[in-house]
Amino acid sequence: MLQIIFYVFAAILLFSAVMVISVKNPVHAAMFLVLSFFSAAAIWLLGGAEFLGIALVLVYVGAVMVLFLFVLMMLDINTDIMRQGFARYLPLGAAIGVVMVVQMLLVIGAAQITPEAGAVVADPDVNNIKMIGQVLYTVYVYPFELAAVVLLVAIIAAIMLTLHKRPGTKRQDVGKQVRVRKDERLKVISMPAEKRER
Amino acid sequence: MAELTELLWIVAKIGAIIGPLIIAVAYMTYAERRILGWIQDRHGCNTVGPFGLLQPFADVFKLLLKEVTVPASANKFLFVVAPMLALMPALAAWAVIPFADGWVLADINAGLLYILAMTSLGVYGIILAGWASNSKYALLSTMRSGAQVISYEIAMGFALVGVLMTAGSLNLSDIVNAQAGAFWNWYWLPLLPLFVVYWISGVAETNRAPFDVAEGESEIVAGFHVEYSGSAFALFFLAEYMNMILISALATIMFFGGWYSPFTGIPVLGPMFDWVPGIVWFLLKTAFFLFCYVWFRGTFPRYRYDQIMRLGWKVLIPVTVVWLVVVAVFHITGFGPWY
Repeated sequence: MLQIIFYVFAAILLFSAVMVISVKNPVHAAMFLVLSFFSAAAIWLLGGAEFLGIALVLVYVGAVMVLFLFVLMMLDINTDIMRQGFARYLPLGAAIGVVMVVQMLLVIGAAQITPEAGAVVADPDVNNIKMIGQVLYTVYVYPFELAAVVLLVAIIAAIMLTLHKRPGTKRQDVGKQVRVRKDERLKVISMPAEKRER
Repeated sequence: MAELTELLWIVAKIGAIIGPLIIAVAYMTYAERRILGWIQDRHGCNTVGPFGLLQPFADVFKLLLKEVTVPASANKFLFVVAPMLALMPALAAWAVIPFADGWVLADINAGLLYILAMTSLGVYGIILAGWASNSKYALLSTMRSGAQVISYEIAMGFALVGVLMTAGSLNLSDIVNAQAGAFWNWYWLPLLPLFVVYWISGVAETNRAPFDVAEGESEIVAGFHVEYSGSAFALFFLAEYMNMILISALATIMFFGGWYSPFTGIPVLGPMFDWVPGIVWFLLKTAFFLFCYVWFRGTFPRYRYDQIMRLGWKVLIPVTVVWLVVVAVFHITGFGPWY
């Protein structure tokens, strides 16, 4: 039963991954990417890694892809221009692809995965959120902190790149608005009432 | 055979959650119109059936019998799929909600994460609806709603991190059980700033007044669902109200002790209300938060869009970050009955 479900999700994952790079409409491509994230999350859940599966949906589907869609909807992308020179760049692209596949196989290939690791993950008594937390904050604490610093630098850089100081724009200072008192804006004048003409 | 009976059991449980939920949505619309009516010194719907109680059904039949029109220049597939994508996560999130002690469909360890993941998916329906409609107003609404939901998700997530730090668990039933006892044991007290942040972002996440710029009748007609009609529109409506009920139920679970009686620990009143089943308290608390939704709608004027963004990023997120540090200090010092 579990195997059938696995193959169904794996098939959906591969199909949607192929569709991401082959459909013409960029918004459709983004939606296929969402579908492939979902299938990957489902496969993780099947393996008992519920934290990773849900975190994938939360971070990539819930936040990253929403921003992607946002940008895609704002841009008018002409895919015909993007497709020009496909044949010219094919050898280079294929070479890079082969290098990446080899790299990934070396890191996460079958030789690297011990059967015991799978047994630990599949054990329902092991709370894998706790396990990941413990490993992350003890064994891998320095790489973890380093990654955090790199991300912080990226955040600041992104903000600096988009921060324009436009002259002539009127900005509201909320603090100033709150601090305003009545007599700064309002003047009460006493006027003698005019006599009505008869 | 055993697998089949288990499967049937799960389907029956799902029915037992979704059925009352849809009725609750129907009567939420009725309650909203009556309460708004009273706030504005008028009657509200009082004609169909006794006290207007059949009004929601009249609305449902009207919407179901109307034609679903698809604009000629719309992206047909996404236009039809969008309302389903809006409703699906709103329903799926209910799988982990504990209604009373042990009354939960899926008692999973990562319940809180699952809730956050599901509520973050609801925005797809809105974004795709706005884009697929191929209409200016719908697209503008999509932009507003997308940016708003993503901003408030961060504040909401941080507020819930405070809850899980205090309870020491991501399992929703464990979080409620950690609040067992009198009402001052509930988390609204030690996490008061986080509760306020959570509730404000919850209202903003569901695109309700005073944060309903995504609908903004006066500027962009009805926003993302301006091109929708009939049952497709009804699905958006259903999703919005289900999300409201969900946010209210979550506020109850995270900060107001879920199914625990508010009178526990009080000399005379406590034992007097011992016989009341937990789900009654849970529903009453949820109903209170739903009332607050309507109350806000009747009370506050709509925020301006830049003020919404300012509130989310510059006020709510810093408050949560500061209070997380305070929670950590509480945790180390073993402060009060909570830690």
